Amino acid sequence: MRVNFTVNGRPQEADDVWEGESLLYVLRERLGLPGSKNACEQGECGSCTVRLDGVPVCSCLVAAGQVEGREVVTVEGLADYAKQRAEHSGACGTGACGSSASDGKQGTALQAAQQWSAKGTDSQTGEGTELSPIQQAFIDAGAVQCGFCTPGLLVAADEMLERNPSPSDEDIREALSGNLCRCTGYEKILDAVRLAAARQERQGEAV
Amino acid sequence: MDFLRPASWEEALAAKAEHPTAVPIAGGTDVMVEINFDHRRPEYLLDLNRVELLNEWEVGEENVRLGASVPYTRIMEHLRAELPGLALASHTVASPQIRNRGGVGGNLGTASPAGDAHPALLAAGAEVEVESVRGSRFIPIDEFYTGVKRNALAPDELIKTVHIKKADGPQQYSKVGTRNAMVIAVCAFGLALHPETRTVRTGIGSAAPTPVRAKEAEDFLNAALEEGGFWESGKIITPSIAKQFAELASGACNPIDDVRGTAKYRRHAVGIMARRTLGWTWEQYRGTGRTLEGAA
Repeated sequence: MRVNFTVNGRPQEADDVWEGESLLYVLRERLGLPGSKNACEQGECGSCTVRLDGVPVCSCLVAAGQVEGREVVTVEGLADYAKQRAEHSGACGTGACGSSASDGKQGTALQAAQQWSAKGTDSQTGEGTELSPIQQAFIDAGAVQCGFCTPGLLVAADEMLERNPSPSDEDIREALSGNLCRCTGYEKILDAVRLAAARQERQGEAV
Repeated sequence: MDFLRPASWEEALAAKAEHPTAVPIAGGTDVMVEINFDHRRPEYLLDLNRVELLNEWEVGEENVRLGASVPYTRIMEHLRAELPGLALASHTVASPQIRNRGGVGGNLGTASPAGDAHPALLAAGAEVEVESVRGSRFIPIDEFYTGVKRNALAPDELIKTVHIKKADGPQQYSKVGTRNAMVIAVCAFGLALHPETRTVRTGIGSAAPTPVRAKEAEDFLNAALEEGGFWESGKIITPSIAKQFAELASGACNPIDDVRGTAKYRRHAVGIMARRTLGWTWEQYRGTGRTLEGAA
């Protein structure tokens, strides 16, 4: 079957989709967006977390046919999504305004998303690449080790900061409780989210 | 495989009548796991995401009419006062990502004895409204679970709404697991005080082939509370009564040994949870001011 839906603010079409296929498979194998990771395929690990109409979900548990006509944001589009949100802050409480552009220039093009990488110009990873505040905070806090869980954590953490700009440690732990990391012991990840929250707050005060 | 996408409830019922083997999918948190692991290859998937009425709820005089697909997140956010037991149970479901998709209709459809919502529904008192092209009917929650992962649904029926009694007193929910998030219950216990009828209702999860009430324990406790004038006086429940209640709750279990725990442990834990949830709710009832909202 064919599935039409919006990915990172741009309309996309996936063909020859098998009816039992997951959204995760469509993103990775049909649209060439491998940012969302495939690990447990049963909703245990959160590494495939994406936003579906603004809500964080495990894309491995969403049937492809269920996303027809709906909006998906993946980690590849996170930087643009966060940027749109910041620009529209106040006007758009939900942050789901990345795709409302009339000039058609907003959102992340599929080709750009496919080529996305946090490549550095020298030793500093991420330099020269546009990053969302949460991505930058993960780098700065050393919250990335093997990196497999990172995309899911970024999407989940970014959504929490959108909803709850001044989270307590309990709020952070709860928001990230569906994302497993086997390297870090989570402390640096918590640091990163605290850092992003503090920066966000400081920026809010500056404006 | 065929993917059926009804745009309305009527279309969904018609599709289910035409294809009784179709597997309904809403949040997908059970169905997709089975498909991903090749444990199930249904001929038809019946997507219910576009059926708006399944995503709505309504608070009435006596009941909350909860659409089958209302995600657990919404229950936690919006129905904490009306359905405190179910809200607490919802909070123990898996992770935020899963709670954003899964709902009570899925728990009932899957009818796993470990489903987190069941003990809360049994304790609160509920009826499941199911419908087919032949008409609709209400199934009392006590009659809904018919066996391990079996329920009272006919092949052409779909779960539409769960009618849950609004809380008329304190409710609590307790769940045993190896960690806080992403855990299937080793066993679980729900308890609701119903001061209006001066009764206590319970629900046990994961400690019998189906979710069950501890009926003997309830009968004993109802008689003891009545006899001792506890509802009027609001005095502390005598330890011997609480102990007997816990033992009878343990006795209502019919558990198995499995990877998550032994039968012996489950019986023991259910007794402990029965005593604790009774203590917590009774403290709330007595209004000692100790706030328990959010305790899980």
